[in-house]
Amino acid sequence: MEFSELIKTATVESVLLSCAGLPPVRGTLCITSHHLLLSSCPGGDGQPGTVELWLLIRNVDAVEKRVQNLGWYQPPRTNDSPRDTRLAGSSGTITLRCKDLKVLQLEIPGMEECLNIASSIEALSSVDSVMMMYPFFYRPQDLRLEEGWHLFPLEQYFQQIAAQTSQWRLSDLNRDFTTCPTYPADVIVPAAVSDDTLRRAARFRQGGRFPVLSYYHPRNGTVLLRSSQPLTGPNRKRCPEDEVLLGMVLDEGERGFIIDTRSAQAAKQARMTGGGTEPKSSYPQWKRLHRPLERGRPLQESFIKLVEACNDASLSMDRWLSRLESCRWLSHVKAALSTACLAAQCLDREEASVLVHGAEGTDTTLLVTALAQVILDPGCRTVVGFQGLLEREWIEAGHPFHLRCARSAYSHARLKQEAPLFLLFLDCVWQLSRQFPFSLEFGESLLLTLFDNAYASDYGTFLCNNEKERCLCKVKENTHSLWAWLNQPEEKKKYLNPLYSHNPLVIWPSVEPQSIQLWQGLFFRWIRPSQYLDEARAEMQRLVEGNEAPAKESAGSRLSQSLSDPAARTENER
Amino acid sequence: MEHITTPKVENVKLLDRYTNRKAANGTLYLTATHLIYVDASSEVRKETWILHHHIASVEKLPLTTAGCPLLIHCKNFHVAHFVIGQERDCHEVYTSLLKLSQPVKPEELYAFSYNPKMSKDNREIGWKLIDLKVDYQRMGIPNDYWEITDVNKDYEVCNTYPPEIVVPRAANKATVIGSSRFRSRGRIPVLSYLYKENNAAICRCSQPLSGFSARCLEDEQMLQAIREANPGCAFMYVVDTRPKLNAMANRAAGKGYENEDNYDNIRFKFIGIENIHVMRNSLQKLLEVCETKSPSMSDFLTGLENSGWLRHIKAVMDAGVFLAKAVKDENASVLVHCSDGWDRTAQVCSLASLLLDPFYRTFKGFMLVTQDLTMFCFSLSRCGHLDGDPKEVSPVFTQFIECVWQLMQQFPCTFEFNERFLLEIHDHVYSCQFGNFLGTCHKEREDLKIFEKTHSLWPFLLQKKQELRNPLYKGFTAYKELQPNTLPFSFQFWCGMYNRFDKGMHPKQCVLDHLLSCMSQKMKLEDNKLRSVHDWSRKDAIRLFSVVVRGCKCPFSSSKIDFKKKKNFLALNESLHGPSPCGRTDSFFVSYAYLLNKNNKKNSVPFYGDHFNV
Repeated sequence: MEFSELIKTATVESVLLSCAGLPPVRGTLCITSHHLLLSSCPGGDGQPGTVELWLLIRNVDAVEKRVQNLGWYQPPRTNDSPRDTRLAGSSGTITLRCKDLKVLQLEIPGMEECLNIASSIEALSSVDSVMMMYPFFYRPQDLRLEEGWHLFPLEQYFQQIAAQTSQWRLSDLNRDFTTCPTYPADVIVPAAVSDDTLRRAARFRQGGRFPVLSYYHPRNGTVLLRSSQPLTGPNRKRCPEDEVLLGMVLDEGERGFIIDTRSAQAAKQARMTGGGTEPKSSYPQWKRLHRPLERGRPLQESFIKLVEACNDASLSMDRWLSRLESCRWLSHVKAALSTACLAAQCLDREEASVLVHGAEGTDTTLLVTALAQVILDPGCRTVVGFQGLLEREWIEAGHPFHLRCARSAYSHARLKQEAPLFLLFLDCVWQLSRQFPFSLEFGESLLLTLFDNAYASDYGTFLCNNEKERCLCKVKENTHSLWAWLNQPEEKKKYLNPLYSHNPLVIWPSVEPQSIQLWQGLFFRWIRPSQYLDEARAEMQRLVEGNEAPAKESAGSRLSQSLSDPAARTENER
Repeated sequence: MEHITTPKVENVKLLDRYTNRKAANGTLYLTATHLIYVDASSEVRKETWILHHHIASVEKLPLTTAGCPLLIHCKNFHVAHFVIGQERDCHEVYTSLLKLSQPVKPEELYAFSYNPKMSKDNREIGWKLIDLKVDYQRMGIPNDYWEITDVNKDYEVCNTYPPEIVVPRAANKATVIGSSRFRSRGRIPVLSYLYKENNAAICRCSQPLSGFSARCLEDEQMLQAIREANPGCAFMYVVDTRPKLNAMANRAAGKGYENEDNYDNIRFKFIGIENIHVMRNSLQKLLEVCETKSPSMSDFLTGLENSGWLRHIKAVMDAGVFLAKAVKDENASVLVHCSDGWDRTAQVCSLASLLLDPFYRTFKGFMLVTQDLTMFCFSLSRCGHLDGDPKEVSPVFTQFIECVWQLMQQFPCTFEFNERFLLEIHDHVYSCQFGNFLGTCHKEREDLKIFEKTHSLWPFLLQKKQELRNPLYKGFTAYKELQPNTLPFSFQFWCGMYNRFDKGMHPKQCVLDHLLSCMSQKMKLEDNKLRSVHDWSRKDAIRLFSVVVRGCKCPFSSSKIDFKKKKNFLALNESLHGPSPCGRTDSFFVSYAYLLNKNNKKNSVPFYGDHFNV
């Protein structure tokens, strides 16, 4: 396929671009294989105009066109084009709704041009082949291709655990992705369980996603595991290897919790289609808790309804609150946070290990395990630690980004497998950052950038559904990593939270409805005026920076203080 | 004191609504002014102080095995749930509190007994700190069009207006008096705010006694005079802040609204803000939602919607924005009224001037706005200080304060003060500790000898300016008029007000405290130089407080209980603000978070569901 075949009209002049909150500009519109460009009209002396729009076409979620016949309408005469007489006949408006929730309008003179542009954008934005996507073509000058791809090897993560316990080992049984096509090559498993046992256990789990270690809690040695549902089926099948695997995690007399992200009812029903849950009789040490979390289509619809409500300026207060309620987005945020807190509470307070799974183990499961780690582990709350967490718990863990983020909230296309689980995760992290404004090294801007890049990106980081596909497409060889770009000192500075101060403790958020807010910075990013809030941020930065020197000093003394505190010392020694 | 039959009850439990924590066990004391609960079960002595005047309702719930529950709701939205061992004790505390919380005579109010040991002179300086006349001068009055008149000096024109009012020069005494006969309770059109840039004015009055057809020449002249006092605009707005239906219903009672045909060049407009009864019920519903134990997200949002509270806040804000736009963008003067012109009208006029004039967003300016509300009879029976008709109580003031808070959310750098300042004022409107908010109008305040017998709140607040200031404030000249977004999503539920005492719900780390400490460090570095010429209220404060502080060793000495005095002082502060959830400085915070975690080890992780026992 050639991109040029999809482009019916490459350039149109005198296009009016308008976008909420900005003055409209007129310029020349140009479509390339991956971008939509608009440069404002040159001032007559042949100088190139300024680029007003540089939009990745992949970012376009929906194209709406409206053509009018304006026979009666005489457009104001502009001095440069005799072709303008043609405008008298017709013009068209294209509304571009983007995956990052931005909405743009293009007024295009000429009906035919308008239709051509619209269909070109539609065709280019729905190219589904990974290898055709922009990251494979993007070659920035200041980055090297291999940079950033191997920042977070699981080996290194495992070494941290190995320094504290010998109960876990790194297994490469999945190096050719045959045991589990959605797992990475390396996984962390109980040291006492052989690869053979693992292979058999994998056959008892949907998609081969056998229980693996997700997080080791250094304070008390408990672990967070994740898997997919067991294939118990209607005949209540058992699998001794799976039972051994889970049994090995717990010492004698210890108990563990299985957090099933489906309702008890749904989990039971799953037996009819070959899935199910771990029966108490076969896993006597494990206690099952059901915490239903929405995923799939209902979650996508929730997202769509919320965005619809946010964009409807005609709503009364009552209608707005009623639609905010009925879209249920905040309920999902509350449920996700509560479940993650429950998992964290089991580990930290009940001192019990936890296994999390739903059905496939690639969606709500990862939401819970990743979020629990942000709550428990101060390491995950730094910029680099958070990247590592995303790499380990979302990307390598096989969250199908390509399917889930194919379309965003505006698309008219029939829903396939889209679901904003990653956005829900970012929203929950935002809620944490609001409740603990000093405890995360990064600010809202990083979360927004991650959201944007998960849906449409110059970088290969969020391409494909799992490591196996990434290997096949040679993503790591042929695209740039988002992390390489983000970690450039100049770039990284933009994402830092000026109030950050290392907090070694668990952060327990409140999950009362009064404590959970709609993430305005995301859902109203292009709607609400941000001038005053930006100024406040700058002012805050100024205040804090002026104080940097004494603050650093006190941070040092604070550390020594907490070390000399006997209770704190035991906390550190454990 | 005669109401207190049992000054001390032991073995009282205090239940915490939001955590599953074991109830505190301690001793309850009743003093002349406060209910004090001392928690004996925790290692650190913890006191809860509740001012009697803050108590909105006391309920005795059905007897349980643990004892006799006593539920206290406060006007500052504190809810305390005690369980008292003996029913007899509970009943006595209950009856005492009923009487103590609603004194019958004004002289029983706290302000009349409150004695911070301040000299007479200082008290007078305190009362003079905020002077409406100075503000009129600031607006350039008197000028060619407006004058300050003493026509009301004996309260002959209107007994609920202050003696000095501002009216157009063109309106002579006959016009004023004639107009007053045609306005409900004689509340004639007077100036509230003059926008100096274009001479457009915001004026207020009560509804006309127009009935179905009555008219009054003097009233028509009065409006004409107001319109002509603004030569830049050929018309003026007359805004009735009531819903049209309510205004029409009033016509049957011989009141109503202006007939556009009878007045020259007016543009008449209704802005539907509901009446005090609707507002009272709305707040009641909102508080029920806030008190629900572990509601789901849907319960909460549905409850928030059904309460209508944010709808009403938006209506008040919309009205304020309309006024400000009329003045600024259309150069038009506006006359505002509702029924009597002391609830909705006051809210809306004050809000509009806050939007138009950066001065009102400073400490001193905001005190003026608040004082202005009381001067023009912002009907303070709405606060229910005294035992009276519960139907007259309404959260008019709470709504005004909330509108200001909503503005702070949209414009974080434009106010000199922070959220705590609003909460302090809100507390003291109900505390009756200071004279500012007692009585229903200036005349009554004079009759009660408020200015001789009680103290003014403002000096006490300025004293705490360091912790009440907004560290992000960019100064007086940084912003002029504000144009807030009034789409529904721009209004947020104010957890810090309605769930203020449920600490578990608030952000666990306090940005404000941190920024304040950064700021004070910075100030130290700047070697205590006065920061800017515009900051004149600061100079005032320094001048005044060098005096006040000297005169006031223990402002709360009227408490009868025998604790150490300094402690008393701190504890009372706590009862008003609640203990600050995080300390002044960041380093203090870490130790707080550490304690939090240590406590967590026992049983105070927030409640994420009762799963372990299932």
